[in-house]
Amino acid sequence: MSENFRLDKGGLINRNKKISFNFNGKKYFGYEGDTLASALIANGVHLVGRSFKYHRPRGFFGAGVDEPYAIVQMNRNNEVDPNVRATEQDLFEGLEAKSVNCWPNVDFDIGAINNFLNKFFPAGFYYKTFMWPKSFWYKVYEPIIRKAAGFGAASIKHDKERYEHKYEYCDLLITGSGPSGLASAYAAAQNGAKVILAEDKSRFGGSLLTSEVTIGNQSGQEWAEKIISELKLMPNVVVKNRSQVFGYYDHNMLVMSERISDHLPKTKKYSPKQRLWYIRAKEVIISSGSIERPLVFGNNDTPGVMLSSAAKEYLKIYGVLVGKKPLIFTNNDSGYETAIEFKKNGIDPIVLDTRKNPNSEIIKEAKDLNINIKFSYVVVAAKGYKKVKSADIAKISEDKKNISNIENIQCDCICVSGFWTPTIHLASQSGNKTKFNEKIDAFIPSQSKQKETTLGAANGIFTLEETLKTSFKKGSELSKQITKEDNKVSVPTVVEKKSSNHDKFWCVPLPEGKNYKRFLDFQNDVAVSDIQLALREGYRSIEHVKRYTTLGMATDQGKTSNLNGLQMVSDVENKVVPQVGHTTFRPPYTPVSIGAIVGREIGKHSKPTRKSPMHYWHEKNNAVFVDAGVWLRPRYYKQGNENLFEASKREAKNVRQNVGVCDVTTLGKIDIKGPDSAEFLNRVYTNAWLKLPVGKARYGVMLREDGIVMDDGTTTRISENHYHMTTTTAQAANVLSHLEYYLQLVWPELNVNVVSSTEQWAGAAIAGPNSRNLLKKLFPDLNVSNEGLPFMGYMEGNLFGVNAKIYRISFSGELAYEVNVESDHGNYMWEKIMEVGREFNIQPYGTEALSTLRIEMGHVAGSELDGRTIPYDNSLDGLVSKKKDFIGKRSLSKTAYITKDRQKVVGVIPLDKKTSIPEGSYIVKDAKAKLPNPKLGHVSASCWSVEYDNPFSLAIIKDGKNMIGQKLFAMSPLKNKIIPVEIVSSHYVDPKGERVRS
Amino acid sequence: MLHIKCPHCGLRSQNEFSYGGDATVKRPELNKEVSDQDWDNFVYLRKSPRGKHLELWQHISGCRQWIKVERDTLTHEIFKTLKANEEV
Repeated sequence: MSENFRLDKGGLINRNKKISFNFNGKKYFGYEGDTLASALIANGVHLVGRSFKYHRPRGFFGAGVDEPYAIVQMNRNNEVDPNVRATEQDLFEGLEAKSVNCWPNVDFDIGAINNFLNKFFPAGFYYKTFMWPKSFWYKVYEPIIRKAAGFGAASIKHDKERYEHKYEYCDLLITGSGPSGLASAYAAAQNGAKVILAEDKSRFGGSLLTSEVTIGNQSGQEWAEKIISELKLMPNVVVKNRSQVFGYYDHNMLVMSERISDHLPKTKKYSPKQRLWYIRAKEVIISSGSIERPLVFGNNDTPGVMLSSAAKEYLKIYGVLVGKKPLIFTNNDSGYETAIEFKKNGIDPIVLDTRKNPNSEIIKEAKDLNINIKFSYVVVAAKGYKKVKSADIAKISEDKKNISNIENIQCDCICVSGFWTPTIHLASQSGNKTKFNEKIDAFIPSQSKQKETTLGAANGIFTLEETLKTSFKKGSELSKQITKEDNKVSVPTVVEKKSSNHDKFWCVPLPEGKNYKRFLDFQNDVAVSDIQLALREGYRSIEHVKRYTTLGMATDQGKTSNLNGLQMVSDVENKVVPQVGHTTFRPPYTPVSIGAIVGREIGKHSKPTRKSPMHYWHEKNNAVFVDAGVWLRPRYYKQGNENLFEASKREAKNVRQNVGVCDVTTLGKIDIKGPDSAEFLNRVYTNAWLKLPVGKARYGVMLREDGIVMDDGTTTRISENHYHMTTTTAQAANVLSHLEYYLQLVWPELNVNVVSSTEQWAGAAIAGPNSRNLLKKLFPDLNVSNEGLPFMGYMEGNLFGVNAKIYRISFSGELAYEVNVESDHGNYMWEKIMEVGREFNIQPYGTEALSTLRIEMGHVAGSELDGRTIPYDNSLDGLVSKKKDFIGKRSLSKTAYITKDRQKVVGVIPLDKKTSIPEGSYIVKDAKAKLPNPKLGHVSASCWSVEYDNPFSLAIIKDGKNMIGQKLFAMSPLKNKIIPVEIVSSHYVDPKGERVRS
Repeated sequence: MLHIKCPHCGLRSQNEFSYGGDATVKRPELNKEVSDQDWDNFVYLRKSPRGKHLELWQHISGCRQWIKVERDTLTHEIFKTLKANEEV
């Protein structure tokens, strides 16, 4: 297809580089420097999508970030990218895109039937219709609505692109490189301030690229180019294009998304696709400009109806005509600039001006060019379905209430200009109290909450001269406060055409007997009639109207629709706009890809992975790993075709019969030093600690102030004022913070220091009847007999040349020891243990066997200490001192904690001694009771007892103390199981604890 | 994201800190008789003021010190930060 709508010359595109691309399966050509939108328009393609609700044909409405229609699905380097604005997508060789929200295709869309049924789709349609019958929602309504709703389709594949995050600090962040952004950045940079200048488009310059002005002796565009190239050379300035500052958060932190590779056919090696910048700025200058407002008339959503500024941009930047018979409909002077541009390029436009008799330099120029201008004229309705073919126009009365002399004129596009709306999103997000400016009929920033300043058109200043003057000044002032430098910059002289006042008129009345849809929100199909209906039905607050009608929602967030919506509400309600107020502006200003938000924190990178020094030994020996907090721990060591159940049973059995070794490096370790350490531990733990001798360990339980068990573990007195505390793997960080809290805030008088030493020590638990024999061989110089190293004893030794610490503690319930060496020697220690242990049939065991061993011993762990239980519930009340005070003690006398039938941990065995009880099952008295069946408690941990070769579980149940011997039921609705069980003691194996002391 | 001035380390981003609740709560002294009411107030009851609030934060990814931060809960303005042993 040839480019029928491309001018022979002009524009900023590179005509030497032709680019081919594909849209909806057809091949087209454009040039380097085009956007997908400009290239399509150059090819005469105006039908790009279907509207959200009625599936009406949709074309292009804008030329940038405000575009509500032209949202396409991209296919780039075999990756799908949904919801791409064609107006912001740079063209590249081989680009592939297609229309969305249409089936089977954009030209013939079945969904368009909704358009003819639109009487049945009023505002709030979904709320009203899909209420009954209730059961229809999941099965019928939701699937259909889901299929019909939304624009693009996200890929379900793993995204192979790379996204990054970057944190940056600067003196001034400037959002937008139009005249105000350039001037303020330039002035600030001269004062040595660290400046970041962000531009969302690929070209810098903003409105200077399309306006006919002179700055100094250069055109606006040349001046912009000069300033940008100077800024780029300055070491204190970062200039970024394709970068949208989309969110203004607390304490002057802003987030910017930089599209690094989206304009390239393929992301370069070592380069991310997008980068999210978290910028903390001392001062923020918002120079985001303004967006043209639409005028509202019948069928104003027909492809070919677009903003006049967009038409001008397509002409001046891309050398593209949006039409050859343009109709320009305006209430201010901006429309004339577009008309003049058409005329200069040999196209005859017709201008309809709603004003009666306006006068200005621009209008005079248009008249001098013999442009056909009709004053007090409006467009009543666009005609044509998939593209504007003609327009009904009419004369409008002076009070703007009546239309007459309706006639139809031929045209192929209608360029509308309803004046300008400052882009105040960022200012509003920052907490700025905006105010309504009557002169421009729009909100502008007013009282700042954070350190931000809005300049230029975003602040409602629409003349270049004033914009440059104030922006140079502000840039200098703000930077001077920060850098204390004061380098004057002179403000260049400006030549620009003066404008006359705009007309407040914005919505054309319906002619008698006609029922045209007049759209306010183009992306969400919200028409004038929808707002009227919502108000009739009693919605008053603008926030409610928004949610009921979806005005201003969706991906464009109402950039072109908000103000007209407010006008509409205020008209119907007979209020003024400031009384109605505007809806809250929330980040993001433009859609941000999920990939950019997530950055590098994907998959395994979402958390750091911690590995013990013995990790690679485990790997080599067929360990299957499990996540334990951020640690990777061996769950079991696979031999042959074993499964988890078989392997863990073998490992646990070997501990009970011979000896096993388990990597316990992950346990939290805290080094405690200072003369008041004993007193501190005495307050932290529930049991007594003052008399623990040097060289001895003690098991302790610590509570929160509310009496709930926080953690347990052993602490060893290494020397007079030095203790080694262990915590559970999961609670290590919390316990450290807890100790620091009490030391720093509650009892600062205690002379104690705590520091984490988790990573300093590698640990191996050696457990089983043969463990002492093994220890003797590992430490031949030490007396590790039951007398030399009794239960809960501590010793230091030399393990084949390496210093080691030996603790006689046991989690498995067997005779057991824990050997610690400095982390660097961890693997050496492990290999020695395995080597020496061979004659005792040593086997490594993983967390699964570890659990089995502790469960059948009735040792409580994380599944019982679950943040809901007190010492009594865990049969740990024997460790609660009655004599001394400690953290959480006062809470233990709470009524709920001392009731007679208080829950307690018990053992559970299935009556058939075969069926494993799923963890989380409920314990109930009567399996057939009516739902909700009153539950006595829940199964907290289950295992296959290797001692008795049958299933065994722990449960925490009401009145557990008196339940031993009862026959009850374990119910698991999730697994659909009802298992008859008997309640037994939680200490299933070695209830007297003789083995650990043997 | 807040910007908090740690009195030991200087201005740092909120993600280096963890929140620790109301800084005005005083733990009853050890070994002293405490009424049920007073103990419940200490353990459970917190004011949730709209406006100025003195709160605890811990600089967990920094110096690990607990600090006091006087912050407006509505506007997030931070008026003052103090070391653990300092009073407003």
